[in-house]
Amino acid sequence: MIKLTIDGTEREVSVDTRTTLLDALRERLDVTSPKKGCDHGQCGSCTVLLDGRRHLTCLALAVSYDGSDIVTADGLAGAGDGAEGDDLHPVQEAFLAHDGYQCGYCTPGQVCSAVGMLDELKEGHPSHVTEDLEGSPEPTDEELRERMSGNLCRCGAYVGILDAVREAAGEVTA
Amino acid sequence: MRELAYLRPDDAAAAVAAVADHPNAMFLAGGTNLVDHLKLGVTAPELLVDVRGLPHDDIVEHDGPDGPVLCVGAAVRNSDLAAHPLLRSRVPAVSRALLAGASPQIRHQATTGGNLLQRTRCVYFQDLSTPCNKREPGAGCSALEGYGRYNAVLGASDDCVAVHPSDLAVALAAVDAVVVVLGVDGERRIPLVDLHRLPGDRPDLDTTLARGDLVTSVEIPLTDLARRSTYVKARDRASYAFALVSVAGALDLDGDTVRDVRIAWGGIAHKPWRATRAEDALRGGPLTEERVREAAEAELADARTTEQNAWKVPMVRNATVQVLTALAEEAHR
Repeated sequence: MIKLTIDGTEREVSVDTRTTLLDALRERLDVTSPKKGCDHGQCGSCTVLLDGRRHLTCLALAVSYDGSDIVTADGLAGAGDGAEGDDLHPVQEAFLAHDGYQCGYCTPGQVCSAVGMLDELKEGHPSHVTEDLEGSPEPTDEELRERMSGNLCRCGAYVGILDAVREAAGEVTA
Repeated sequence: MRELAYLRPDDAAAAVAAVADHPNAMFLAGGTNLVDHLKLGVTAPELLVDVRGLPHDDIVEHDGPDGPVLCVGAAVRNSDLAAHPLLRSRVPAVSRALLAGASPQIRHQATTGGNLLQRTRCVYFQDLSTPCNKREPGAGCSALEGYGRYNAVLGASDDCVAVHPSDLAVALAAVDAVVVVLGVDGERRIPLVDLHRLPGDRPDLDTTLARGDLVTSVEIPLTDLARRSTYVKARDRASYAFALVSVAGALDLDGDTVRDVRIAWGGIAHKPWRATRAEDALRGGPLTEERVREAAEAELADARTTEQNAWKVPMVRNATVQVLTALAEEAHR
């Protein structure tokens, strides 16, 4: 039996040692916001915020994450500054405003990834394209693209995704 | 996936004993490679010993016998290590190598120890429908006659032409890092360059570690040489791909003369390839493009290629020129 806090609610579930966190969420706990895309850590559609950081759930055995705090895209609603109840998170609003999706399958992962990414940017974490490793990285398009490169979109909605993330980054870093 | 027992020990000694005492046990750390292999059937342990939560998760500076050392716990996540202020300012090659690897999500999961012990991404190793000596000793090597674009060009054998996939390991090889290992007979320290091995007739063995050996930390010397270091990675797309070739370099110049230099290559061999022949050729002389090219060519004199991977030789040579001339420009700035 493992315990997980999922979108603010504590849940308990008994899992086989071979069950991934993604399958535990989707198949056992009916938490279907994280999506199964490739199931091999190559697409990012299963991304959640785990103990505050963006994290894949397909390459994680559930038993190893006993006690973790998980926030899915579903749980981000009402989680923005001053938000209540079903208010969408600013990143979710930005995806809506800029058509940051077509079919929407990768969107929950994109949204969680973007929220985690903006936190990393705020903390000054460098990326592969950061020229000055000791400086504070700016949310340039090049930085945002690199930092979102762990989330693939087969519809190719990258232009809208970048617009959405750029707007959200402006709000966060302003 | 076959049935799997799971154990989460409280300390490293218990973890070592658990794996050493079992004929088919493996350590589980970040799981970004191993969990995939469990799904694919590339590996099928009966017992997983989870070391992800062991308290080897801090980064501390301490004075070693040869100067200050950054001691990195094996459970430190790749993202935390890459962002550490001391690493960014004092050993940029290692920070850059980490940031060039995988995706942000995976870097939050993957650990320092696990990164070093990840397995090759040779397509045949992961494809159970094809023979692979690394996966199944004696089965044969499909990459020798098959798709060979990623194959090793140095140090390969007739049994295996796979390359080591880690970016971190290449940078650590260049900066003389040391791996601290706990085994059943106690602790020992292994230079990073001696952790991985060439395939020979035992390609199933990636490293020189024995059953039950657990990497507990990595020591990164904080030298003046490492201050001026960087990492360049060539790949098929701009991000989120393994290296075609990569180069970690460190350079200490006295005017235009090379006082000291380090060069390590990735994507080239079954282990991070420390280019000592090239380093020796460069030490004591002026740093010019021509001399770097010649030094790299001397290191590559024994390269064995096919028409599928022959491009790796000029690519790693040119990337070496790029790295060292960039470091020289930085020094003169």
